[in-house]
Formats: sequence, C-alpha cells, structure tokens
Amino acid sequence: MDGVAVGSLYALIALGYTMVYGILQFINFAHSDVFVLGAWISYTLAVVLGYAVAQPPLWGGLLILVAAMAACGAVGFTIERLAYRPLRSAPRLNVLITAIGVSLLLQNVGQLRWFFGTQPQRMPSLIEDKILGTLAGVQMHAVDVIGAGTAILLMLVLEWLIFRTRLGRAMRAVSHDTSVAALMGINVDAVISFTFVLGSSLAAAAGFLYAMKYPGLNQPAHATWVLLGLKAFVAAVIGGIGNVRGAMLGGFLIGAIELFGAAYLSPHLRDIYVFSILIIVLLVRPAGILGSTVAEKV
Amino acid sequence: MMARSLWGALAPLAIGFAAAVALQLAAGNVIPPFYVKLLMDIGINVILAVSLNLVNGFTGQFSIGHAGFMAVGGYAAGAVTYYGSFLLFGSTHVIEGWLTKGDLLFVGGCLFGAVLAALAGFVVGLPSLRLRGDYLAIVTLGFGEILRVLLQRTGDVLQTADQVQKASPATLATSLGGSLGFSGLPYYTDLFWVYVFVTITLVVALRLKFSSLGRAFLSIRENEIAAEAVGVNTTRLKVRAFVLAAAFAGIAGGLFAHEIGTSLNPRELGFQKSFDVVIMVVLGGMGSVSGAVLAAIVLTLLPEALRGFSEFRMPIYALALILMMILRPQGLLGLKEIWEMKWFKR
Repeated sequence: MDGVAVGSLYALIALGYTMVYGILQFINFAHSDVFVLGAWISYTLAVVLGYAVAQPPLWGGLLILVAAMAACGAVGFTIERLAYRPLRSAPRLNVLITAIGVSLLLQNVGQLRWFFGTQPQRMPSLIEDKILGTLAGVQMHAVDVIGAGTAILLMLVLEWLIFRTRLGRAMRAVSHDTSVAALMGINVDAVISFTFVLGSSLAAAAGFLYAMKYPGLNQPAHATWVLLGLKAFVAAVIGGIGNVRGAMLGGFLIGAIELFGAAYLSPHLRDIYVFSILIIVLLVRPAGILGSTVAEKV
Repeated sequence: MMARSLWGALAPLAIGFAAAVALQLAAGNVIPPFYVKLLMDIGINVILAVSLNLVNGFTGQFSIGHAGFMAVGGYAAGAVTYYGSFLLFGSTHVIEGWLTKGDLLFVGGCLFGAVLAALAGFVVGLPSLRLRGDYLAIVTLGFGEILRVLLQRTGDVLQTADQVQKASPATLATSLGGSLGFSGLPYYTDLFWVYVFVTITLVVALRLKFSSLGRAFLSIRENEIAAEAVGVNTTRLKVRAFVLAAAFAGIAGGLFAHEIGTSLNPRELGFQKSFDVVIMVVLGGMGSVSGAVLAAIVLTLLPEALRGFSEFRMPIYALALILMMILRPQGLLGLKEIWEMKWFKR
C-alpha cells in the first residue's frame, strides 16, 4: 500500500515534468521546488487556520489542498512568464541553466527567514490515523487510501482534460508541432502558460499529500526533497518522457520498485535502485516504456 | 598560440611552476595565513571551474555533478595519504619540508584520485552521453546524490597505526568516516602544489581549446548534427571531455581534502558545491578559460566581502544566473579569452 501511495505521488510530480518536456523540450528543474513549495504552503495554511491545535473539520484538508494548488499554479505561471518565455527561441542549454537558476532561487528564497526559514517543521495531521481494514493481508491506512485516492482522482481529471477537451487537444497539438499549431490558430503562449499552471498545481497537490504522509518538513534545499524530485523525473523518463500516461505508469513503477527493494533487499540503498533502473532504461530503451523514438530534426 | 618549438611548449608550464614556487616562498613570510588559505581556495576553484568548462562550455553538455567527482578524488586521495602514512611512516603527522616522502605520497594520492574520478566519469558518462544532453544533467545530479548516500554509510575512520596495519584493504577502503566526514587528514596541500596543478589545468585547457580536438569539442556544442555529418565522433568526444573534466575535478578534490580548515564530508561536496561551480562557468563565459578563472576568483572572494549578507548569497547568485541567461546568454566573456576582447586589443 505504501508503494501505491508513494507511487501515486511520484506520478503526480512526473506528470508536470513530462507535460513541460512534451511541449518545450526541456527539463523544468524548478518543478521539484514547486512541489516542495506546495508542501510548505500547506503547512503554513494548516498552522494559520489553527489545525495544529484543534482537530480540523473534514473539509479542512480539501480547503488547504485547493489553496496550495491555486498558489503554486500562480507561481508556475509567473515562473514561465518571467523566466522561460523570454528564452522561447534560445538554445536549450540556456533554458536548462535558467531552470536551474529558478530552482536555486525558489530553494534559497524559501530559506530566508521571512518565508519558511531553515528550521524543520512538523505538518499537523489532518486525517485521523486509523487502519481502515486489511486487503489481502495488507493494512490499509486512512492516510494512504485518501492520498492515493486523491492522486488517482486528479490523474483521471487530467486524463479527461488532455484527451477529451478542446484545450487538451490544443495542448497535444502544441506538443506535436509548435509552429504548425500556431498556424492553425492555437494561442501557443496561452497553452504553454496553462500547461505550467496545470503541472505546478499537480506538484502542489503532491506536496500536500506527501506532507500528510510524512509530516516532517525539512528546509527547502534538503537532500530528501531534491531526491524526491529526481525520482519523479526518473519516473517520467522510464514511462517515456513527453507521454502523459507513461508518467503515471512510471510513477507507480518507481514507487513499487523502491519499496519492494527496500523491503526485500536493503532499505539503505533504496535511492540506488531507482537510479540503476534509470541507467538500465537509458541503455536499453532510451525513449522509455511508452515513448516513441522521434528523430531529431536539423 | 601555435608554439612549435620545445621552449614555446614548455614556457607556460615553466612560468606557472616558477609562480607556484614564488607563492610558496612568500606564503610563510609575506602573505598572512588567512590570505594563503584564500589563495588556495581560489586555486582549487579555478581547477574546478576550468575543468567543468571543458564539458559545459566547450562541448555544450550539461553536467551538474562536478562535486561528485571532486568527492571521488578527495576520498581516494585522502584514503591513500591517511592510511598510506600509517602504513609507511607509522603516523599521520605531516612530514615537514619540500618534496619529502609525505609530499610525494600526497601527490600520488591526488593522481590516484584523479584516475578514480576519471573512471567514475566514464561509467556515468557513457550511458547518458549517448543521449541528449539533458539526461546528463539528471544522471550527474543523481550520481552525486547516490555517492553521498554511499559515503554516508561508510565506517568510522581508523585512528591508530596498529588498527590500520591489521585491517584488510577492503576495510580500509570502506572506513571513510561516514556522515561525519573523513577527519584527521594530514594538511599537505600548500600553495606550491595548488598552483602547480592550476598551471597544468590551464595549460591543458588552453592548448586543448586551440587544437583540433578542442575545435571538435566546440563543433559539438555549436551543432551536434552538423558535427556528426562532417565526421566528428560526437559520443566518443563527449565522453572524452567528460572523463578529462572528472580527472581534474578529482585532483581538485584531493587538494581540497588535504587543505587546512576544510572538512571532507559528504554534505560539503553535495549538489550545492556542484551548483557553485556551474555558476562560475556560466558567469565567466561558456568556453572561455580566462572567463572561468576570473569568475572563480571573483566568486571565491565575494562571500568574504559579503560576510554580513551571507543569507542573500544564494538568492543573488540564482537571480544573476537567470538574468545572465536572459540578457547575455553566452556569459560575460562568451567564447573569447580575455586577451581577445576588443577593449584589450586596442
């Protein structure tokens, strides 16, 4: 169950990486920082709303989730508008460096004492921790069930959005060929902005759910967070980068591999399994499980 | 630049070594210890920035795991000198004097670290450099983090000569201090050795840049497909640049490990250090050796000058990085060397 819960979070983050990569062909390094930001905003809201002392109402979690998603969506929009859009036609390497710059900026501004500071904090628990029952000998914790359920629900919404709506069709068109999409009357800038908002709010949701499951929040530049973001990226690569369904599959796969490896082999080397998988995939099937190889155009 | 005669080829090395000797002689008397340490820091950062420039600047790939290779070199060199001193000399006290047995052991350790780092570079680079550059960024970052996890799980450092002599080589190789860091290393690093290696790095980088191999590197950066079309074996050259850069990072790691007032621990050599080096390369100019040197000097001195505002150091760096990419994407000097700038020639 842990595997499913963590895997669904990886999948949520991986979706943001893969959507941006599909459209702009660059790794949005700042994505994992948006995820961390989501966790910290959730924490701040929970404290401000007084949930740390009093038992929160049932809709409290939902309120925080929506607020964190909205806030991070706004941050994602701003990042794209200010940092990435001026570089739309620049070489990819420059965009990559800018992304790292944005990532460093988010990490270090978050550490300033006017924001979240450098002290580790503890997320107040919003859901009573109880075991809902056992399924095939596995204990189902309420946190895991609600977390995985929310994540899967969000993924279904995304699936519907991308494959069943006009906006989704526009996104797929831009991802397929930006300039032709522009000729067909699609507002490319708006679609890209929307993609960032979508990806960032999914990352925020993952941040909230992660904080619910593992309440210890560390400073934003802490290695745990960086590794989480990296693993989510690995999930996106394994599933086939640029492929939305691949990212979901990759997320669950990574979650399963990591936790089974930790349970049956050695728990200290869990990070190493994930990266070994990455290297194997890069060597054997560089396009990922569901990805297709596209020849690079001159 | 095309030096044909033997003298022309050796002159830069000779001048650099002479400068290193001069600095070392001045260190004890003229230069106060604080500035000696600062000069050593600068030298180590110059080696790091110039070597990373081979990958990020010349070849146009993007590695953000340079500190990882530095860690490989540092730990390897540290293990050689620390345990080697116990086995050969019976204690880890620094053997005073110039070019003593201890000095030679230390340099041997650094070179061993360089070889090991180059090997690590090969293992990391081969799968990811076959693919597009972005993967290299992720894989190098992941490599650095994995290395940190592994180093944190190593055992405690053996403290006495007796223990060391009884231990097997495998035990020695895994007793690297864990998350507390490898402490007790003898302080062999001095201005002489730092600037000897700085000279070697600079000469190699500059000679490379103006050689056919360096031109091939640059062609990969400018247009990989076109480079391949005119017969440049892009994968092999990318791996070669990567391995060379890793080797120099290994040497820098060895120097760092034996420097006074530094702590060789897994956290110190994490991704933050890698980012510092990346920032030096990007600000100095992608592909400019003198630009990287300049940026390394400035960015080593800057934190000292900004002691009171250390909180703002990283946010300012990050903003500078973003603004630089938007306003002057090629870095301050771009591809040019400082003596090739217009205002310098006039």
